[in-house]
Amino acid sequence: MKYPSDVKYTKNDEWVRVEGENATVGISDYAQDQLSDIVYVDFSAAPGANVAQGATFAGVESVKAAADIYMPVDGEVIEVNSALAQKPEAINSDPYGEAWLAKVKLTNPSQLDSLMDAAAYGAYCKERSA
Amino acid sequence: MPEPLIYDLGAPGRTGVGMPAPDVPLADLPAGLVRENLPLPELGELEALRHLTRLSQLNHSILTGFYPLGSCTMKYNPIVNEETARLGGFAHAHPLQPAEMMQGSLAVMYHLQEWLKEIGGFAAVSLQPAAGAQGELAGVLMIRAYHASRGETQRNKVLIPDSAHGTNPATSAMSGYRVVEIPSDARGNLDLEALKAECDDTLAALMLTNPNTLGLFEEQVQEAIEAVHAAGGLVYGDGANMNALLGIARPGDLGVDVLHYNLHKTFTTPHGGGGPGSGPVGVAAHLADFLPGPIVGIEEEGSEEMGPVYGWHQPPKSIGRLKAFHGQFGMHVRAFTYILMQGAEGLRSVAEHAVLNGNYLRVKLQGAYKVPYDRVCMHEVVLEGRWADAPDIHALDIAKRLMDFGFHPPTNYFPLIVREALMIEPTETESKEVLDAFVDAMLKIAEEAHTTPELLQQAPHTTKYGRMDEVKAARQLVLCCEIPKEVAVSE
Amino acid sequence: MTFVPHTDSDRQQMLEAIGVKSIADLFSAVPQKFRFPKLNLPAPLTEMEALGELKGIADANESADDLVSFLGAGAYHHYIPAGVDSILRRGEYYTAYTPYQPEISQGTLQAIFEYQSLIVALTGMEVSNASHYDGATALAEAVNMSRAIHRGARNKVILSPGIHPQYRAVVHTYEDGGDLQFVGEDLDLSAGPDALIDLIDEQTGLVCVAYPDFFGRVYDYTKLAEAAHAKGALLAVSANPTALGLLKPPGEMGADIVTGEGQPLGIPLSFGGPYLGILTTRNQYVRQIAGRLVGETVDNRGQRGFVLTLSTREQHIKREKASSNICTNQGLMMLAATTYLSLLGKSGLRQVAESCFHKAHYAAVEISKLKGFGLKFKDAFFHEFVIESPIPAAELNLRLLERGIIGGYDLGNDYKGMQNCVLLAVTELNSKEEIDYLVETLAEVAHA
Repeated sequence: MKYPSDVKYTKNDEWVRVEGENATVGISDYAQDQLSDIVYVDFSAAPGANVAQGATFAGVESVKAAADIYMPVDGEVIEVNSALAQKPEAINSDPYGEAWLAKVKLTNPSQLDSLMDAAAYGAYCKERSA
Repeated sequence: MPEPLIYDLGAPGRTGVGMPAPDVPLADLPAGLVRENLPLPELGELEALRHLTRLSQLNHSILTGFYPLGSCTMKYNPIVNEETARLGGFAHAHPLQPAEMMQGSLAVMYHLQEWLKEIGGFAAVSLQPAAGAQGELAGVLMIRAYHASRGETQRNKVLIPDSAHGTNPATSAMSGYRVVEIPSDARGNLDLEALKAECDDTLAALMLTNPNTLGLFEEQVQEAIEAVHAAGGLVYGDGANMNALLGIARPGDLGVDVLHYNLHKTFTTPHGGGGPGSGPVGVAAHLADFLPGPIVGIEEEGSEEMGPVYGWHQPPKSIGRLKAFHGQFGMHVRAFTYILMQGAEGLRSVAEHAVLNGNYLRVKLQGAYKVPYDRVCMHEVVLEGRWADAPDIHALDIAKRLMDFGFHPPTNYFPLIVREALMIEPTETESKEVLDAFVDAMLKIAEEAHTTPELLQQAPHTTKYGRMDEVKAARQLVLCCEIPKEVAVSE
Repeated sequence: MTFVPHTDSDRQQMLEAIGVKSIADLFSAVPQKFRFPKLNLPAPLTEMEALGELKGIADANESADDLVSFLGAGAYHHYIPAGVDSILRRGEYYTAYTPYQPEISQGTLQAIFEYQSLIVALTGMEVSNASHYDGATALAEAVNMSRAIHRGARNKVILSPGIHPQYRAVVHTYEDGGDLQFVGEDLDLSAGPDALIDLIDEQTGLVCVAYPDFFGRVYDYTKLAEAAHAKGALLAVSANPTALGLLKPPGEMGADIVTGEGQPLGIPLSFGGPYLGILTTRNQYVRQIAGRLVGETVDNRGQRGFVLTLSTREQHIKREKASSNICTNQGLMMLAATTYLSLLGKSGLRQVAESCFHKAHYAAVEISKLKGFGLKFKDAFFHEFVIESPIPAAELNLRLLERGIIGGYDLGNDYKGMQNCVLLAVTELNSKEEIDYLVETLAEVAHA
């Protein structure tokens, strides 16, 4: 299981990577593994939308499960990764890279402080698989 | 060699069943509204019937083998039911014919209503709901209408145990309610303290399956129902597991306000490859006026020489219609036939032997399998399909391996609160010999899981088809045959 | 008549294995004061007695088998080829359940896949589900679908007054708790689809019409579909599948959702059920369709096979977030329709449809020649039409019945000012002789 240290994590298994005033958001390796083969991605927020921390902006589905994806921090959506509609399996193969879900403009960067770092998140995942 | 698809069979110009030419002068077809293509296949009669017969042989069914699919009550469907439902007087009865001409159909419905009242301890019954899920919808809509009639529109939440069927929360949400999940306790009962904490004046209802989906009778059912009633809420009973309660206890006596029956589970109407179901609802007196209608009532009492005259009756505050016409009438005839052959003692014997069979499997399988809630069960037993010392084996592998022994697998991965759940419901119509053969297979599989796990992981081996690629099916959706495009209608 | 196979010795051995003395001991969790209630039910009958009893009850019905019938209004008396019931009676089909285990359920799965294909072909749509309860609930699901497609925006739904009154009632029951606003049901009945166009606005999510409509009339809804789409709304058409054997399919008119009652496809009248709900849509809305879907795939031996797919839309996974709570389909009725369409095929269904059309038109022409009778509407129709009678419909039907004819549907039941209007249905089962007898009898009874 990979927990890269250049991103921060939420309890709902989203990650956020800060790049200046903007951030990229996706779901973690642990999340894709729990869901198994992803077959569908759907975005409920379009570019321009302001999404609050904890609000749903996307959904992913495997053959057995459906999960809502929550925004880790307040932000204005700049772009969603619409290429995933044709290639949902990228979430399984490259969750932190090719399969990013959205890019947002941070509107409340201080919220980042409450998220987990890689070490804390790794421990949190281990605890749940026990 | 897989059976060909229907669009790959037949030949242009072939027809199965010809129809007579019209014996009247021909009228002009409506200009601009006649279709140019009718891309249906063209098969001969034998070809079509052979195709569908061959397909049938790819199914496991109750008539071909043991089918212990938990929560579905896959028991014998008496053949005579199929005869009675097809009697000409029923099969050719138009739903909109006047009641006076349809006294036979109304008599069946009236008596079935009465018997379901008696069996469940209710004041009134409507046969209209098309299936269990629609019975649930009827029940929750009635509960909402009841609260509204008392001016208690602030009641906006429904409590649902974490072991419940998915239809319970889906129905509540469809009806505009907020769902609050109630955990189960260590004995597999609804957590009474958690329930009580939610019993306030926003409570609309508790949806309760009893016996629950762990196959266990709720040991504190009376306290739970009292707590809900004390807070002004109502109790919805999910009747999926009524097969365990026939003549054993009446949900109405326990305080359940509304309950749906599944005629296709408890009362032997066939499951039909996924339906039709039939989900009549029974209610306590305070909900009778809200039933979906019309229901059948007596217009004129009978005498010794003459039976009563039946008619339609619309409950005064009815939530309305749930489907066109009168419900799944053909299923009413079948359930009526079954109850007629059982009587009170027969029904009690049904539940007793369903529970006897459930417990027999429990004791025979415990040890080899973990029984997470280990106490006397009702009509079904839930096991864990996993072992710490066989970490690569999942419930799914056990299920697939069972097919090699000629058995339909139990329900797996439900209820959600048991890890790698295997939910086994033998039903009362299976003999001890069948159960023993099933136990032998299950014990053998438990052994294989430790010695030759790949046998399970690759299973099934002896069936005509192996494991299907469900991911491919979902990623590359193909939901119908290729339909021929440019084919003109042959004149 | 018991179906419990246990012998005394079986019971004894099983109780010993469990470690209890009697079966009653297994029920100690049940509160004692409610345990083992005495049920007041009739004494049990054997199979022979039960069949005899049921025959007697069935004989108390006077059905379309015994009399000449012109009653339709959503349930139609058609010829059912003998082969249909031979397939429905196969235990491998009717005693199986939902095909959760595809390795041993390919029969049901492929039959559903073929049903989906045949319904797609018939409606001119792109996706069909594995079936729904009936025509009325399928229409209610179309309304749910539209709400899901618009993600809760657009709360106005236009319901044509030409939709079956019971279907509209079901839609209202289903949507009673929601925020949808329904308009259109009080429009003038002779206005036609153009009047619906005037109601479409930016808040409209869905326009619902019937084809043929409840009065048997057929319209080309192409303009209506264009008008709906221009404002961002969807069009749902509730269609009769027999009519689609002859008439332009709604898919070609631009419908987004086509629903229907599949009963005419080989399913007996059976006093109103079980019937078959048809529910179809466009590929782009496949994730919003309710109920089960079967898709093609391969097994691990490389063979083509079928599975239930896109289950994540459904209640057992989505729970309170599912847009529908439906769990079953009408499996056996789906099989009846598949068999019926396979046996009739392209030419057979066309023959049935044409036969219905010509006979209904013959009847309409002959009746409109009668003094005091006339057709209520001038529009094109399929196999049902409305006649205006010189006497109230209820009385007319009573007099017809005295002469062995089940008359049409009394429209005064549902529509104001239509007390003298009767909806008559004619199918391939009505011979010219029967139609002539109806015409003669109408002439007699109306002026008796």
